[in-house]
Amino acid sequence: MGRAVLKEVETGATVVALPGAKPGVVPLPAPPRKPISSRLLPWLRTILVNVLPPLVTVALIALFWQIAAAGPQSSLPPPTKIWEEAKDLIVEPFYWAGSQDIGLGWRILVSLQRVAIGFSLAAIVGVLLGALVGQSVWAMRGLDPIFQVLRTVPPLAWLPLSLAAFRDSQPSAIFVIFITAIWPVIINTAVGIRNIPQDYRNVAQVLRLNQVEFFFKIMVPSAAPYIFTGLRIGVGLSWLAIVAAEMLTGGVGIGFFIWDAWNSSRLSDIIVALIYIGVVGFVLDRLVALTGSIVTRGTLTH
Amino acid sequence: MSYLKIDHVDKTFQRGATSTPVLKDISLDIERGEYVSVIGHSGCGKSTLLNIIAGLTPITSGAVLLEGREVRDPGPERAVVFQNHSLLPWLTVYDNVALAVNKVFGGRKSKAERHDWIMHNLDLVQMGHAKDKRPAEISGGMKQRVGIARGLSMEPKILLLDEPFGALDALTRAHLQDSIMQIHATLGNTMIMITHDVDEAVLLSDRIVMMTNGPSARIGEVLDVRLARPRKRLDLVSDRTYIAAREAVLKFLYERHRFVEAA
Repeated sequence: MGRAVLKEVETGATVVALPGAKPGVVPLPAPPRKPISSRLLPWLRTILVNVLPPLVTVALIALFWQIAAAGPQSSLPPPTKIWEEAKDLIVEPFYWAGSQDIGLGWRILVSLQRVAIGFSLAAIVGVLLGALVGQSVWAMRGLDPIFQVLRTVPPLAWLPLSLAAFRDSQPSAIFVIFITAIWPVIINTAVGIRNIPQDYRNVAQVLRLNQVEFFFKIMVPSAAPYIFTGLRIGVGLSWLAIVAAEMLTGGVGIGFFIWDAWNSSRLSDIIVALIYIGVVGFVLDRLVALTGSIVTRGTLTH
Repeated sequence: MSYLKIDHVDKTFQRGATSTPVLKDISLDIERGEYVSVIGHSGCGKSTLLNIIAGLTPITSGAVLLEGREVRDPGPERAVVFQNHSLLPWLTVYDNVALAVNKVFGGRKSKAERHDWIMHNLDLVQMGHAKDKRPAEISGGMKQRVGIARGLSMEPKILLLDEPFGALDALTRAHLQDSIMQIHATLGNTMIMITHDVDEAVLLSDRIVMMTNGPSARIGEVLDVRLARPRKRLDLVSDRTYIAAREAVLKFLYERHRFVEAA
């Protein structure tokens, strides 16, 4: 492209002329078929770029840890010792040899089941309460201060009360999950509902949508990005709470396993369990985020 | 009894202790099949007037009567085409219209009939080809077409258009004006359009309602546009009636009721 030149013409009008812009068809040579190796190369590159750095970091940490914990006086086991002592836990997550002698995979599944029940209840009740608080000014004035106080209560503080109420460890642990996860869901849903554009409300009014139709056809889809932010925070919190709750309630979950291992001084087992918990928490977070991005793809692109 | 009767409507917005009078003593009769434009400077309350007819804004005093029945709340017999189209972004073009059609005709039409009716309305605005697209994937003019299709699909007694082409570029706007004229000629709907575009008002309307500046805006003048239909944009450029009508509106807006810049 050439530079635009302004020419004063005698009539006083300004003419814009673009020099050197000659239209024409430039034939492009047919692209030669790339060999398979060159097509695979960029793909391999992305993998390397994303996977190599964390691998190097992990290797460096392990090396440092190995050196730091190598001495006989060391209070924590080095990686090699963990591998020796807890090899069965690492390579066989799903073995079964009696009620307490089971693989970490099974324990994680038990914990996940509790989280699933507690979190699902929190999601349903949270969205409904959030919709109420977001939609009605009086509900907000009445309920919001209570929510703001209750949400600061640490999850474990609920446990004695819930044990007293349910008289059983299973529903108590589920209740702790529920009460931990529900606050971010309520608060984010309420914000999402309050942010529904007036235009959508007008459309609903002109169509005379009833409350139920308005909830499912306007509110939920419109607030979906906010709701999923709440759900994502909620699932993270419930995974934090379950481990602590299980330490106290006992049973088969991963939390109790850690507590049990501590009581029998099996430090290597604890470290392996920590890694399991971290990986599962990461996967949970990504699952909710992925669901959210699939569900809200329509809402976010406007 | 006229089809739509706006009878001594006042509107005052109350916010805390301060009250702002917006509309003062608005009276207007509109006949079935008429195309009426409301024109005025921004802030004169013309959109408030439209919202009052739609039932979205409550009246302070006076009444709006449609076929003798008082308008109290919004409803599909007074469909609105919103200025910013207001399509639901998570629904496809088809589903946006379907939402309206299923709600309004859910009990009265079979599923196949409703599908045909949705497609008929989309075809009416030449949007049948984009039925599976989402609003984010189509242009501003196309969105507004879908908004019009949604409004028409409710088979309203009166179609309310709130600056429907305000956000569009001049060429797209001309296209859509032609489409609206075509639809008005075919279906004979009663339409009320809010606009701030003098040419648009003269081209489309049977009558132009000119509003004075707010606060307490009134109807300053009502101009009959005695131009034969169908109207052709190019033929009108040199038409004397057209030029006279255009001049009358311009004089009203820029001589007698000049827009005073609010501090």
